[in-house]
Amino acid sequence: MAVGLRTQDLRKIYNSPPPAAAGGIVHRADAKGSKQAKTEIKALDGVSLEIQPGEIFGLLGPNGAGKSTTVGVLTTRVRPTSGQAWVGDHDVWKEQAAVKYLIGVVPQRPNLDFSLTAREILLFHGAYFGLGYKVSHERVEQLLEKFKLTDRADQMTRGFSGGMMQRLSIARAMMHDPKVLFLDEPSAGLDPQTRILLWEIIRDFNRSGKTVLLTTHYMEEADALCNRLAIVDHGRVIAQGSPEELKRSIPGGYLLRLRFANSNATLFDRLRTLSGVREVQSADGTGANLYADRGGSLIAEIANLAASNGAELSDVHISEPSLENLFLHHTGRSLRD
Amino acid sequence: MNWTAFFAMLARDAHVARRNAIQLFFQTFLQPLLFVFVFGKVMVGSGYMPPAYKSLLLPGIMAISMVFTGIWAVAMPLIAEFQWTREIEDRLLAPIDIHWVAIEKVVAGMIQALVAGLVVVPLAWLVLRPGVDLHVQHPVGFIAIILLVSAFSACGGLALGCTMNQQHVGLMFSLVITPMIFFGCAYYPWSALKTFPILQKLVLINPLVYASEGLRGTLVPQFPHLPILAVLVVLLFFDCLLLAVGLRQFDKKSVS
Repeated sequence: MAVGLRTQDLRKIYNSPPPAAAGGIVHRADAKGSKQAKTEIKALDGVSLEIQPGEIFGLLGPNGAGKSTTVGVLTTRVRPTSGQAWVGDHDVWKEQAAVKYLIGVVPQRPNLDFSLTAREILLFHGAYFGLGYKVSHERVEQLLEKFKLTDRADQMTRGFSGGMMQRLSIARAMMHDPKVLFLDEPSAGLDPQTRILLWEIIRDFNRSGKTVLLTTHYMEEADALCNRLAIVDHGRVIAQGSPEELKRSIPGGYLLRLRFANSNATLFDRLRTLSGVREVQSADGTGANLYADRGGSLIAEIANLAASNGAELSDVHISEPSLENLFLHHTGRSLRD
Repeated sequence: MNWTAFFAMLARDAHVARRNAIQLFFQTFLQPLLFVFVFGKVMVGSGYMPPAYKSLLLPGIMAISMVFTGIWAVAMPLIAEFQWTREIEDRLLAPIDIHWVAIEKVVAGMIQALVAGLVVVPLAWLVLRPGVDLHVQHPVGFIAIILLVSAFSACGGLALGCTMNQQHVGLMFSLVITPMIFFGCAYYPWSALKTFPILQKLVLINPLVYASEGLRGTLVPQFPHLPILAVLVVLLFFDCLLLAVGLRQFDKKSVS
């Protein structure tokens, strides 16, 4: 039976820089003010999520948004300052061992046991979960094969490439056949082929009715893989829904990023009057982010309007409806800023 | 309590120890054997030390070997596994309360300390013989002492390993381990310090003193030593204290 996840009003405040377990860089709260405020780092600020059994759910946001901390809380690795988290019917902080049976975790940075070979890592992982000798050995062979690690199976993992370590981490997380798979930034640092292999593996795992929670700051990945998404920034969920729903919520859908020489405020006011334009936000003083329901066909009108206002259009970038635009729309910042 | 996971972790540690057996052997036995050779053989043979020193030295060497094997066996892997690579994470995610992960490390350390203690005695005896006079009059007392000593060393390793960072390992040796060895009454009995009354009181905070004196009291009771009962009580106290501190530090390191 598939298992869902739920968090309610999770808050996490670090009083010292978070240790490696949380991963990533977290947003530093207002550094000015009293001595106390200087060390206080608000990683989660009231995160409530409901992830349905059997879905692929994505947490999308920039570095330090609180994605890894959310995963940390759900996987028993980060103790929340307040709020609750459940895996299936189990309260993560009251029934840790029961929760750990249900989950498989792929960390942001591979944390393989460097004292063991690839095969031993999987075998011992199976042993921690009480797998029998036969089941364990069969599954190890299958996973090594599936993750293309068979020829390196009896080597120590210290010399493995980043992609191989990542594959072995995923194989390890699947070894005990968990109901929920957590993947923290699974494609960071992977080459394109490995990324496609990874996506296939995730879809395959999901097809057997299992739940997947992944974090990413790659918009394409979230778009391609996830049934539903939550966009996270500064420890808060700023938008939630399917990729399509979220993209529909961007005014107009198209984003035109414009740069002008000699721009002025009246120009921005007049841009808003063009047909199809939904919203104009000024950016960096000389530019504008223009949301509209059409793209290229607006350029000529914008160029004319600029010329008649004594400004000159110097750069245009048109993007079609995407999560990147959505993030920009909600936060005023690009995902990779 | 999930004993399957517990024993699987113990099996993992045994597997790693077996893989590093040669390195572990030299790490554990080379220094004590050289010490035994220089002080027990060269110094006694050349007449600078009385022949009885051989018997006095042996329990001290056993104490040092056990204590430092236990500390080393627990602290060094923990320091490495809690570093940037977070290698310990797969065991923290095993379906078992995380305190048992720490206790497993302690048990693995105790086993290594016991093996070190029980192997160094015949090795040292081979180097020193003839003239070593061992009398185990109370086997139960001796077993109790070696169990408590191994537990103290492994719990100490847990506390140190979860408190120190990799860059502080050198400092740990010069600040904790070296003074512990020299003021641990391993190379001389505690009663030999009576001419330094302040120092004699001060060294009582050093748990190695009780390990050396306890082993001396059970292996070579003909030499002056602290009362065995007192040694047992104090060692038990150190075991509990270091275990409590170690578990607290482990918790701090493993859950953020």
